Amino acid sequence: MILTDLTLAQAREGLRAKKFSARALTEAHLAAIEKLNPRLNAFITVTPELALAQADAADRAYAEGEAGALTGLPLAIKDLFCTEGVRTTAASRILGNFIPPYESTVTAKLKDAGAVFLGKTNLDEFAMGSSNMTSAFGAVENPWKRRGDDTPLVPGGSSGGSAAVVAARLALGATGTDTGGSIRQPASFCGITGIKPTYGRCSRYGIIAFASSLDQAGPMARTVEDCAILLGAMAGFDPKDSTSAERAVPDFAAACRRGVKGLRIGVPKEYAVPGMPDEIAALWQRGRDWLRAAGAELVEISLPHTRYALATYYIVAPAECSSNLARYDGVRFGRREDGADLIEMYERTRAAGFGDEVKRRIMIGTYVLSAGYYDAYYLRAQKVRSLILGDFTNAFAGCDAILTPTAPSAAFAQGEKMDDPITMYLNDVFTVPASLAGLPAISLPAGCDRAGLPLGLQVIGKPFDEETVFAVAAEIEAAAGFSASPTLRAGSGA
Amino acid sequence: MSLDPATVRRIAHLARIHIGEDEIPRLQTELNGILGWVEQLAEIDVTDIPPLTGAAQMALRTREDVVSDGGIVEKILANAPERADDYFVVPKVVE
Amino acid sequence: MSGYTLAGKTGPWELVIGLEVHAQVISRAKLFSGAATVFGAAPNSQVSFVDAAFPGMLPVINRECVAQAVRTGLGLNAAINLESRFDRKNYFYADLPAGYQISQYQHPIVGRGVIEIELADGTTREIGITRLHLEQDAGKSLHDQHPTKTYIDLNRAGVALMEIVSEPDLRSPEEAGAYLRKLRTILRYLGTCDGNMDEGSMRADVNVSVRKAGEDFRTRCEVKNVNSVRFVMQAIEAEARRQIAVWEEGGVVEQETRLFEPARGITRSMRSKEDAHDYRYFPDPDLLPLVLERDWVEVLRAGLPELPDAKKRRFMHDYGLPAYDAGVLVAEQASADYYEALARGRDGKFAANWVIGDLFAALNRTGRSIETSPVSPAALGELLDLITDGTINGRIAKDVFEEMVESGEAPGAIVARKNLRQVTDSGAIEQAVAGVLAANADKVAEYKSGKEKLFGFFVGQVMKAMAGKGNPALVNEVLRRALS
Repeated sequence: MILTDLTLAQAREGLRAKKFSARALTEAHLAAIEKLNPRLNAFITVTPELALAQADAADRAYAEGEAGALTGLPLAIKDLFCTEGVRTTAASRILGNFIPPYESTVTAKLKDAGAVFLGKTNLDEFAMGSSNMTSAFGAVENPWKRRGDDTPLVPGGSSGGSAAVVAARLALGATGTDTGGSIRQPASFCGITGIKPTYGRCSRYGIIAFASSLDQAGPMARTVEDCAILLGAMAGFDPKDSTSAERAVPDFAAACRRGVKGLRIGVPKEYAVPGMPDEIAALWQRGRDWLRAAGAELVEISLPHTRYALATYYIVAPAECSSNLARYDGVRFGRREDGADLIEMYERTRAAGFGDEVKRRIMIGTYVLSAGYYDAYYLRAQKVRSLILGDFTNAFAGCDAILTPTAPSAAFAQGEKMDDPITMYLNDVFTVPASLAGLPAISLPAGCDRAGLPLGLQVIGKPFDEETVFAVAAEIEAAAGFSASPTLRAGSGA
Repeated sequence: MSLDPATVRRIAHLARIHIGEDEIPRLQTELNGILGWVEQLAEIDVTDIPPLTGAAQMALRTREDVVSDGGIVEKILANAPERADDYFVVPKVVE
Repeated sequence: MSGYTLAGKTGPWELVIGLEVHAQVISRAKLFSGAATVFGAAPNSQVSFVDAAFPGMLPVINRECVAQAVRTGLGLNAAINLESRFDRKNYFYADLPAGYQISQYQHPIVGRGVIEIELADGTTREIGITRLHLEQDAGKSLHDQHPTKTYIDLNRAGVALMEIVSEPDLRSPEEAGAYLRKLRTILRYLGTCDGNMDEGSMRADVNVSVRKAGEDFRTRCEVKNVNSVRFVMQAIEAEARRQIAVWEEGGVVEQETRLFEPARGITRSMRSKEDAHDYRYFPDPDLLPLVLERDWVEVLRAGLPELPDAKKRRFMHDYGLPAYDAGVLVAEQASADYYEALARGRDGKFAANWVIGDLFAALNRTGRSIETSPVSPAALGELLDLITDGTINGRIAKDVFEEMVESGEAPGAIVARKNLRQVTDSGAIEQAVAGVLAANADKVAEYKSGKEKLFGFFVGQVMKAMAGKGNPALVNEVLRRALS
């Protein structure tokens, strides 16, 4: 048995049945990381001693019959979550050697559930990007390769490191964050599953903020069931987050087994964008066919303001980030550049510490909020956002979940789409609307393109109805039978 | 809506990010490109539409007036780039 | 209308003044974090990660701070906005950790109100309140610890402030002073702010402009962070004079922010913290709209103490006090409470004279406050009763009072110990009078020939002979008879 080939659910079964120890499981993953991470660059910080200590504690817990939901399961944590005592960088120079003296709520919950933390994964700097190429710690290589082609591909972003880690079997699962598609799009590019829950489902406390009204933590794993297990442990009301929803956490794993009989699945006509690659259009059609065969009814719906979603997002998110990133000033933590006076210190620190994409977004955000422009840009964008939510609310009167492609392409090559920022932004065209509306949305691999690269399908649900999202996704997963695996992975001998 | 170099400098200063004169043309192009692209929102009729602030639309939850935090000077100062005893230290503002 | 003007070269100028007061809210914990708010704590010892704006930190609002703002709004006769919102005010400064202040911009918690101020000449004016909103205080920058560096203490960062904005209804430094004092009294009565300007728990930004009679408003300037009533009044005059000079020299007053320099008695321009005050306000996405239940507001209203204006009217009505006396007594709730304890069952005016005159003078002299008065209302009441029932006369009573202040001894005991009982025995009085007249025959002759003023001299001498204990009315009566 190759321990790194197990799903999270299988590994948990194995630990409970004492087929192997938590230590063995963690050691297998650490060995895989040691072998593959130098190439993939998916981890910024690996924490072997911490992981082994946690694994040993897990073995003791199993021995005493006191194991929790995730005891002994090795996970990777996106380096946007503050982890107490462990360096946290947001993939930026500006945080220097910041070691948080506190733990994020989501990672605290995972710890309480007994999980083992292997390390902090790479990401686009401050979660701004769709390729993981803006990281100050270097790009991440997608473990997938085009058939017969060694060109390094991007894993997507911003949770590119987490996606690559899970795809390459360096961890059983990982945490990501999703603001405009940062869990779903890399999941699609890396052939894994990832869900952005409803806004407010997971606490944002201790997650380095990018765009406060959009950011959400979520799990990334190799199966729908694994994501459901992880989300069950990550979610829940947190009094330390004023935007946290006071809602009980349903049994997401059970929801995976519901089936889709009688469900109405909406297919938004506006997502059939001109120039959509035929393979993606075909996959979307196959998705509809699978669901119909499983007893669901397919319904054409209209989300009329879809084409304005990206522009709306690229006003709202930069505006919020320009304010959220003002605290990175070299005064209380992180890196500082000297200056003759306070203002010079600020300007040099932030110029040296932030990468180009972050600076662009801060400047766009500063501009759209500035005197004379607030009404024309930010206020207008928030109104369009109401219209976009309205589209979904109207559509959900006639359907229970919505099926779309996740991304407009498969993974592209490193260095591509870098000339014009907007070309990169267009990666988010299918994921951004659900973010603006705060709706739960999952991506799962449903097929491959001609070059053998994975393609994902997205399911969007009603607010706080992750259960239906999991049910539909589980059905697609079963029907798709996706079994391809990446070239670069643990146990592959590559 | 086109940004001129003076505006680019002003925004950079508002954001406290130093930019060199040689960076301005590139930034101007990039920012103007993005702003030109997001301008498309101007074609939508938003009359009488309320702005959405946060998708969660609940009312603000309040907490009790108890001292439950603080008293952690060392943790607060542990990551400080410069400190003097229990103070953060920064270069003076030139008044 | 005060009709106050300042004389310029071209004639008289009117002043238009508005005050923005920042009042620190009395609460145990801060507005959006659970750190303590106690004044004078060791540096950075009352700071949470939220206050220090560490990565990933989020605000959660303190219910009591909201209640305090509502109580204050009610005390200012203002509209309570059941729905209000928090906005971020973005700017960079070392004592503002997040690079933004959480404030309220377009939708404050309290709307329009009004307070009444009393001026020295007894007239009253109504001054409008534009709004009140909640916001975070910033930390403290210490510039004097090092020649080239500033030290930052974040203890104050995140403490709740109420910003109370007046309409530009004030027209003179005196009115501004009266407004500040009245506002301070109301806040102290409500228990929502201690109004302690030297500790910085209440600070004023002063907006000043000048104009000729009948004109609209001209450009105003803001004088920031003035921390005493006296300085506010001085700053207004200094700034008004500066603006008058500018206008009269043919110049134009530029809208700017200035600081008052008390030592030089002038205002100077603040080299602005940023070239343009572009605060880029937008609704704070970490917070949701603040929605208050009407019932909750009514419960707060029912729990308010009697406020100074109502108490003053009641004192005038129930105790027969003139407006001035009542006004002085209600300026501090503690004084009003002291007075009521004293005046219960006694003559109101009589009690008021003793509190406003003798007690306050003694407190001033000994550097005490009414809360730490060495003489309790009960003890002072005992003294007043001794006067009323004729045991001692007023003159002796003052000596007894001084001794009570000194030693804390009860008045009855002092009177007994020092044998200060008033003498009403006519025989003793007649004897003393005879003695004084005999010793001053020349003055008696002068008196009888018309120098009536000498009567006072004789009274004094008789009292001296009687060690002050003579009953003044009887002394007068006997002396008149003897001199007629």
